[in-house]
Amino acid sequence: MANYKIQVNNKSYEVDVDSDTPLLWVLRDNLGLVGTKYSCGISQCGACTVHLNDAAVRSCGLPIASVGDAKITTIEGLSEAGDHPVQQAWKEVDVAQCGYCQAGQIMTAAAMLKNNPSPTEEEVIDGMNANLCRCGTYHRIKEAVLLASSKIK
Amino acid sequence: MNKALKSNRRDFLKIAATAGGGLLIGFNWSACDSPKMKVVSNEEIFDKAINYNSFLSISPTNHVVIYSPNPELGQNIKTSFPMIVAEELDVDWSNVRVKQAFLDTEKYDRQVTGGSGAMPHSWQRLRQAGATARQMLMEAAAKRLDVPLSSLTTEKGNVVHGSKKISYGELATDAASLPVPENVALKDIKDFKIIGTAVKNVDNDAMFTGQPLYGFDVYRENMLHAMIQRPPFGMKLKKVDAEAAKEVKGVKDVLTFKNNVAVIGEGTWPLMKARKLLKIAYEPIEGTLESTAFHDKKFDELLNSGAGDVKRKDGDVNNAFRNAARVIKSEYQCPFLSHSPMEPMNFFANVKEDSVELIGPSQTPDRARKAAAEICGIDPEKVSVALTRLGGGFGRRLRADFVEEAVELSKMLKAPVKLTWSREDDITGGAYRPAVKYRFEAALNDKDEVIGYKLSGAGINAGNTTRENNFPAGAIDNLEIRSAEYKSPITTNAWRAPITNFLAFAEQSFLDEVAEAIGKDPIELRLGLLDKAKKNPVGEIHYDIDRMKGVIKAVAEKSNWGKKDGVSQGFSVYFSHRSYVAQVAEAKIKDGQAVLDKIYAVTDCGIVINPTGADQQVRGGMLDGMGHAMFANLTFTDGVADQKNFDSYRLIRMKEIPEIETHFIDNGIDPTGLGEPALPPTGGAVANAIYKMSGKRMRNQPFINQEGINNFNLGSPA
Repeated sequence: MANYKIQVNNKSYEVDVDSDTPLLWVLRDNLGLVGTKYSCGISQCGACTVHLNDAAVRSCGLPIASVGDAKITTIEGLSEAGDHPVQQAWKEVDVAQCGYCQAGQIMTAAAMLKNNPSPTEEEVIDGMNANLCRCGTYHRIKEAVLLASSKIK
Repeated sequence: MNKALKSNRRDFLKIAATAGGGLLIGFNWSACDSPKMKVVSNEEIFDKAINYNSFLSISPTNHVVIYSPNPELGQNIKTSFPMIVAEELDVDWSNVRVKQAFLDTEKYDRQVTGGSGAMPHSWQRLRQAGATARQMLMEAAAKRLDVPLSSLTTEKGNVVHGSKKISYGELATDAASLPVPENVALKDIKDFKIIGTAVKNVDNDAMFTGQPLYGFDVYRENMLHAMIQRPPFGMKLKKVDAEAAKEVKGVKDVLTFKNNVAVIGEGTWPLMKARKLLKIAYEPIEGTLESTAFHDKKFDELLNSGAGDVKRKDGDVNNAFRNAARVIKSEYQCPFLSHSPMEPMNFFANVKEDSVELIGPSQTPDRARKAAAEICGIDPEKVSVALTRLGGGFGRRLRADFVEEAVELSKMLKAPVKLTWSREDDITGGAYRPAVKYRFEAALNDKDEVIGYKLSGAGINAGNTTRENNFPAGAIDNLEIRSAEYKSPITTNAWRAPITNFLAFAEQSFLDEVAEAIGKDPIELRLGLLDKAKKNPVGEIHYDIDRMKGVIKAVAEKSNWGKKDGVSQGFSVYFSHRSYVAQVAEAKIKDGQAVLDKIYAVTDCGIVINPTGADQQVRGGMLDGMGHAMFANLTFTDGVADQKNFDSYRLIRMKEIPEIETHFIDNGIDPTGLGEPALPPTGGAVANAIYKMSGKRMRNQPFINQEGINNFNLGSPA
């Protein structure tokens, strides 16, 4: 066990965990930030996506020891009032079925749009393809990302 | 004040107090997207609400609290049920607050998510609940104004008398003390204002901001985490060496029970690490351990030996086949499938001296309660079950195996326990869609009429592999349907649209083969058979011929069937869970590559409650049917699944989806199920379009493993 100081959603936390503990389990089990979901544990589904500085990363495969002083943003910290353009678009398009994967989808989409605010449909598909949705909400995810893009512009 | 609500309120305060440390979800205040909700806090609404019946309370603040009893796993029942109550109550949707009811068999009749059965079961009950409360509010208003009841109407949460309006909130207390009227008249469906409108998911805010909603999000102070190593199918525990596992920091104990080895600790990651250090020896229970090649051989044995039961027999099949000018014969096979909902199995159990507290995702909370009561030897009434939102189910959460495990552990440890399954546990842990093989035979006379039809199904722990009274039964004079079963240690369970999820694909593909053999348009073939069934029905018919013809004709029109250049169309239609869905899939060449481009779906599920939710169910069912037909495969070596996670167990992804266009038949018939019916026809429509384009019949799933599919763009590998 070791002490790690991390920055999550603009707050500082200190946690005492093994160095190989994935960020996902620190967020969930130690910090009570349960919006970030576990589903595969091997970076294959994207349900655990968070931002490390501005990049979307799979928190299930990111050991706490490698986080350093990077700024972590989770779904809880994406916006103060739940009104990030991507969150707004997700509501307007009524994207979710079971909803379990959607925090990861939203975080992936938000990072993509930060990097490229006006993606083409092909770029949206490329950017979102690694996030699984078992309910099959892919059409609406695509629509919502494009809608969010139009809100950001 | 209603007692139940008072106690809920207390629970809320308790939860709020512990939220800083050990976080717990018990309730989720769900509200619609209305800025008005900010004016009065949900807390105040719930605190003041006066209970009318199992489904609704009315608050003097003018808000209505509607309780949704059924487990919500993405079928959108938590939005559509309250819409029905609100419709008959005649309130403004922005003043509705929805709460997930917990298991209460006194108040509710069927707290189950399965079989697409909730809507047909509850439609009238929900309407009556709303209409009865509305009547009581009108009676209270009639008294207060001293006017006849017949002079009153309602509008958006107000009772109206001429130019005078009294809000439901003002009447809530008076009306609640009135006797409950019986057999209250319901609205004419043409007056619906909420039903038929696209009402957004009531959990959107919570889901999209990461609030705790799911079983996985349940945390309690002093709660122990648990994970379990289960034996391969057909094996039992011989011995375990847990020394190294116990050394992992955060691990508290390693227990064995019922051939399982459970690792107990203070967090999820220590358990995941410790499991890898367990040295476990298993031994076979009896006989050989099963592999996929063994199952393939079993299928042929069963089909060739004529084993199993006759499920339906019409006319003289042997005679028809003896006299046939020719016989068309084909076999179709599918593998086991994992349900793999995005949220793996989990449950929270707290076994106390003389009661049990359960919290988690279950499609059958009453089964969970009974299982816990039996394990603990207490009355089921001493077991409480709080329902969380389910991160998918697909039938996997109809079982209570994971609840039983959590209860066993909590009982042994005398502590609250949260049991977590890993993805590997989920995919290798059983309760699969059974593997099945079908043999179809059609006898044609010299006029190319279908005079005989035989279907033999063989399944591994599949029960009846057929739906013997479904189309084309009733339309063919000589018909025999048989089913045989092999009992395996590999566990199976209902998987979204049980049996029909593969049967429909096989049957709709075979009918396409028959149509081709006799040179008939596939749609004309079905319509001809349906006309024959209407005119001269053979035996029992469990489907509505006119409704089936309705969706067929509509999808032909929407897809411009048979009239498109450069497009290869495949047709399929199926009746399941009381609803009818016809589909046309289209393949075409894009940039020199054959692609599955689009699927049209026409659904007859009666009245559509919520168009946005209905579209989701059809779309989701279709991608489920298509994705699994194309990609998913679960094979076995010596009782162990070869695929263990999403790197090898392939699910459909965004690059692989075609465009989908959904339509619904507007016929005013009472609503029927929609969680499953769109799935069964999809594999057939897709396979028939692939055949039309490539000349390759997809007879085995997954298609990706079939010869000839390589030239077809099914998207990039996962």
